[in-house]
Amino acid sequence: MDMVNVKVNGIPVSVPAGSTVLEAANAAGVDIPTLCYMKEINAIGACRMCVTEVTGARGLVAACVYPVAEGMEINTNSKKAFDARKRTLELILSNHRMECTTCARSHNCELQQLANEYGVKEVRFGDPGSLQPQIECSTAHLIRDNSKCVLCRRCMAVCNHLQSVAVIGASERGFATHIGSPFDRGLGEVGCISCGQCIAVCPTGALTEVDDTDKVWAALADPTKHVVVGTAPAVRAALGEEFGEKIGTNVEGKMVAALRRLGFDGVFDVNAGADLTIMEEANELVERVKTGGVLPMITSCSPGWVRFCEQYFPEFIPNLSTCKSPQQMFGAMMKSYYAKQAGIDPKDIFVVTAMPCTAKKYEIRRPDEASVDGLWDIDATITTRELAKMIRKAGIKFERLPDEKFDPAFGDFTGAGVIFGATGGVMEAALRTAVETLTGEELKKLDFTEVRGVAGIKEASYEVAGMTVKVAVASGMANAKELLERVKRGEATYHFIEIMGCPGGCVNGGGQPIQPGSVRNFVDLRAERAKALYAQDAAMPIRKSHESPLMKKVYAEYLGKPGSHLAHELLHTSYSKRSRYPGLEAEKA
Amino acid sequence: MPNTKTKVAFKGTPEQEAELKKFIAEIKHEKGATMPILQKAQEIYGYLPEEAQVIIAEETGIPLTEIYGIATFYAQFALNPKGETQISVCLGTACYVKGSGDVLQKVVDTIGCEAGSITPDGKFSIDATRCIGACGLAPVMTVNGEVYGRMTPAMVPEILKQYME
Repeated sequence: MDMVNVKVNGIPVSVPAGSTVLEAANAAGVDIPTLCYMKEINAIGACRMCVTEVTGARGLVAACVYPVAEGMEINTNSKKAFDARKRTLELILSNHRMECTTCARSHNCELQQLANEYGVKEVRFGDPGSLQPQIECSTAHLIRDNSKCVLCRRCMAVCNHLQSVAVIGASERGFATHIGSPFDRGLGEVGCISCGQCIAVCPTGALTEVDDTDKVWAALADPTKHVVVGTAPAVRAALGEEFGEKIGTNVEGKMVAALRRLGFDGVFDVNAGADLTIMEEANELVERVKTGGVLPMITSCSPGWVRFCEQYFPEFIPNLSTCKSPQQMFGAMMKSYYAKQAGIDPKDIFVVTAMPCTAKKYEIRRPDEASVDGLWDIDATITTRELAKMIRKAGIKFERLPDEKFDPAFGDFTGAGVIFGATGGVMEAALRTAVETLTGEELKKLDFTEVRGVAGIKEASYEVAGMTVKVAVASGMANAKELLERVKRGEATYHFIEIMGCPGGCVNGGGQPIQPGSVRNFVDLRAERAKALYAQDAAMPIRKSHESPLMKKVYAEYLGKPGSHLAHELLHTSYSKRSRYPGLEAEKA
Repeated sequence: MPNTKTKVAFKGTPEQEAELKKFIAEIKHEKGATMPILQKAQEIYGYLPEEAQVIIAEETGIPLTEIYGIATFYAQFALNPKGETQISVCLGTACYVKGSGDVLQKVVDTIGCEAGSITPDGKFSIDATRCIGACGLAPVMTVNGEVYGRMTPAMVPEILKQYME
């Protein structure tokens, strides 16, 4: 690789040719502020926060797009650059509704932090005090307030390039430019899949999740309710970031202790729901393979993906596994099996889940997700961020918590359940069970490393009981789209496909702790968080769902066998084609 | 100028749709086809109805968001049909400094719809235009092509009354 030698604030550094000034500065350990830049998908030089002085250029250059040249001297901290950045901040703030004390992003806002760092005490321009909120809240998961938008277009970039959903864009021009959806309709009317990736990258409080913590607090305060909680695999891999832990730290023990201190009557693990999903899904796969059912079978754990399929690839609906997501299975089991075991009327049980996902807020009110007496499987779901907020509000010193264990009634899980949180995890977990079911022999090697890692599309084939089983894994909807197009064109055939809505899977879900651009652009959150889960799996005594003592008990005492009538009633669901433009269709009707 | 979305019912015909689709099929593989397609759609329908934008998105594979973004970016595209009576107020430099902004506001108040939009019954539409080359008469308003010069807000109701009957 050709290398280029430059100096950043006097520090010599050698970087690959074609690097940007921003990348060279990072290599030298120097941070240049950015608001719009996102590695690979949003290098547009729009926000002007990264302007920097370099030799050979007439004026300041946008560091995020300006390439380095041999011998270039870069001064990121010149007075000229400082003054320009401060003026830019003032201009941005002149059109920003500042309610920092009550804003959901207070203390985690990139604009607020920069305004502080650059000592912006007053805004000389405009009349920001007169700005009114501009709220868009047509979905179950998201609130947009354009009065806090800085037009950085990061949300557009993820929606368009990573998710290929492209329901967020910029309309009009000049002062009227604003971020919105086609025809300025609400996101709920234009085919949004609720993945929440836009929320996770928003530098300010313009995009936030719908806050459901009040529903949980109310249930916890209600003496007539038996309130149980379940946590998704990916939550433990990221919750620590909210409390200053290093990215990729597994905080399962402390998370359990915190949930108990919040007052939940049962602290359970959706990992057990994941094990249950594997029991049902592996069985469904084996059945489809044996009986000539619709193949490839595609996973249905990710509600963002399921909605994407229903709206954009309805021809693949017959391929979707009929299994509910682990969350929904968990809820259904709480209101049936657990209610019976604990001797509690299902209608008095309030089921909460903590999820890395914003699409879960939409999923819990899908039709066909209420399996016991018409009661919703899940009563409320909160994101990892909302859980952190509850822990802070309750005054719990997270770092001082002891490590505790889940309650045994539904807290016992396997390594297979843990890795559900990373792309390829469901595939690997399913293979561990399906291969043993098909061969009747014990697997010698449990690690299906071919399907691990952050690549957008992964393929592998395995020789199982005399047949070649071909599998593929995709995460992020742009990758899913590419993979499904290949299948449609007949260029590839598979038996089983895992698709996750968010790039990297649930560890990088739209509900996970928000990391600023300065971290996100240089650390692979997907890989770091996934490591925590694979390490936990490797250290577990039982790593196959079908060997879980809890699963054995649940099937022996209650469900019968995978795919049984009762299992179908509780643990399976249905899908239907949905319009891409529901708003327009509704108007026509 | 707020280019607010269509408020009147879509009256497109199957023939119009077929014509648009034919044009898209001919041109969609060329680089930079979006602008000519949008121009064609406007030529066919007289404006860019939501329905036409959806057809363009479906046929070209370009996200609807992008189509809408372009349609709202350029002043040449209208998101609303023209009314039976078309009122235009010039906001070119000469007219503007002579007070055409106030004239436009009076028109908006009198008719009851925003500039760039149309009344729900389809009777009146209001446009704020760029210079129409009648600077000597500034500020200028046109109604169905009829030019009214040296306008004041006070003159607006009297002129519009004759079109309301």
